[in-house]
Amino acid sequence: MLHSSIDRAAQATPPPVAQRIKGLSDRAIAWIFVAPSIVLLLAINIFPLIWTIRLSFTNFRVNRPNEPVQFVGLRNYLNILTDEDIWLTMQATAHFLIWTIVLQVLIGFSLAYLINKKFRGNDLWTTIIVLPMMLSPAVVGNFWTFLYQPQIGLFNYAVGFLTGADPSSFSMIGDTALAPWSIIIVDTWMWTPFVMLICLAGLRSIPSSIYEAAECDRASSWRQFWTITVPMVLPFLMLAILFRGIENFKMFDLVVQLTGGGPGSITELTSINLKREAFEKWRTGYASAYAVILFVTVFGLASIYVKALNKVKQR
Amino acid sequence: MSSYSVTEPSARQKWFAGSLVVLYAIITLLPLIWIIGTGFKSPSDAIAYPPKTFFQPTLEGYVNLFTTRTRVTEEQLKQMGEPTTWYDRLVRKDGLIIAGPSRFSERFYNSVIIGFGSTVLCIVLGTAAAYAFSRFKVPLKDDLLFFILSTRMMPPIAVAIPIFLMFRSLGLNDTHAGMILLYTAVNLSLSVWLLKGFIDEIPIEYEEAALIDGYTRFQAFYKVVLPQAATGIASTAIFCLIFAWNEYAFAVLLTSGNAQTAPPFIPTIIGVGGQDWPAVAAGATLFLVPVMVFTILLRKHLLRGITFGAVRK
Repeated sequence: MLHSSIDRAAQATPPPVAQRIKGLSDRAIAWIFVAPSIVLLLAINIFPLIWTIRLSFTNFRVNRPNEPVQFVGLRNYLNILTDEDIWLTMQATAHFLIWTIVLQVLIGFSLAYLINKKFRGNDLWTTIIVLPMMLSPAVVGNFWTFLYQPQIGLFNYAVGFLTGADPSSFSMIGDTALAPWSIIIVDTWMWTPFVMLICLAGLRSIPSSIYEAAECDRASSWRQFWTITVPMVLPFLMLAILFRGIENFKMFDLVVQLTGGGPGSITELTSINLKREAFEKWRTGYASAYAVILFVTVFGLASIYVKALNKVKQR
Repeated sequence: MSSYSVTEPSARQKWFAGSLVVLYAIITLLPLIWIIGTGFKSPSDAIAYPPKTFFQPTLEGYVNLFTTRTRVTEEQLKQMGEPTTWYDRLVRKDGLIIAGPSRFSERFYNSVIIGFGSTVLCIVLGTAAAYAFSRFKVPLKDDLLFFILSTRMMPPIAVAIPIFLMFRSLGLNDTHAGMILLYTAVNLSLSVWLLKGFIDEIPIEYEEAALIDGYTRFQAFYKVVLPQAATGIASTAIFCLIFAWNEYAFAVLLTSGNAQTAPPFIPTIIGVGGQDWPAVAAGATLFLVPVMVFTILLRKHLLRGITFGAVRK
């Protein structure tokens, strides 16, 4: 359509103007415009990824450049998949992932539902709620270690105030039972607004005529909620879960600053574990194999999930 | 129009919903208020029990953030005469003198340079690519767009090793140029996807009219599309800036002395016997408040930005 209209325009205009229109062909312009971005991504994303894959079959170590590099086949992969510590790390990640998503979906959806009641000033309060989401996770995570201090921390004080417990009797970061929850709480504080915003967009996309029709049919509000609101918001909610899932699978900055993976390795999520292997133990080949496994996992899970999401959307 | 509607919530429902949301907003805001407040506390007020809500504000945290100090004996202090500036007076009260500037302003400056540099590059590359994807038949368009998006799924640590090796051999480790290139690549997926959405919304008829008037493709792009897309470009730019500003993983792995940005630096501010919380809070405040202001400015496009354009209000 576009081409034909341009061609028609070109034929209808006098020759000098027509020549100016032609200049570079559209195809050439398209390539000139797209190529720099693709080249940059190939250089800084794909080339390193291929390099990682290549290193993953070797015993290369960055800190020992003079040692001969040996091809070790699949040994790195086998070592990782049979390493119990890595499975523990995966469990910690799964625990973190599941609870943050559950809490953020519950709180985020409830907030969106309440905001959608359109009370006065709801825009202002929405903006305030959204603030934590955009902040630097590393800086915020570091400051939360202060809020979590056993005696002087605001969090412990607030919990003590509300429950009557002694604020110095527990340490969110130092206690092995509480530490996994300390990171879940901060992540939920930061990212609930994200889920809330997406749910709000979903709620606002439902035409009011559907509710009016349901009202005419005397459907109870409970029934309306489950048969109209929830199914209509579900595709939005699933999209929010996809984003949170990918982001939290990669989680690094916030948790490194909050707990550093401790105490012991209770909160050592896969990214932190990987950083330790790659940049503290300098087992480059091994860490590369680890990175490939993680990437394949994210990519695989995300693709399966997107298929499910598309099915929900079609319904 | 009638004022009655079956879908309009009752006044009581609104009041109930409103108070719950306000309660949540206040709770969620507390940690941020606490950060800003702690920046103005004295070190002893900051670690007081019970936590102090009301306190005598002081700029000690900010002075400590921007300076390094050394302890001197009382005789030495007396010999030095009267302090000449307000900040001198502030530190001498604790038996200290200012030894020199800290590295904070350097780190902050690095954040600004790398943040703005990568944003400009990201917008230039992203606008061009988005325009081409939106208006032309690009071979393998959907695959290329998906490829661009998929670069976002990679954990930063996973590609950090080869980037570290690559930058080392190119002499880009710990340089502004290296970090600008890296952050541009990281944010490019966001910028292409968002801008494509914005450009898709501009009616194609405008350009066709311009082409018929004798504009070239470039002129039509430059004089018709760009002004129309200005709002979209501005909000995309702010998103790129915020993400580059907040980035930590690459910064902590690939920079150290020269090009280190503020996020890896702020947590390393150490005082006497543990972290100097007022100074950390002061640094965090200076670092976080600009983002808060931008978030408020962006609120209409926020949803679109954080979902890569997947959800538009």
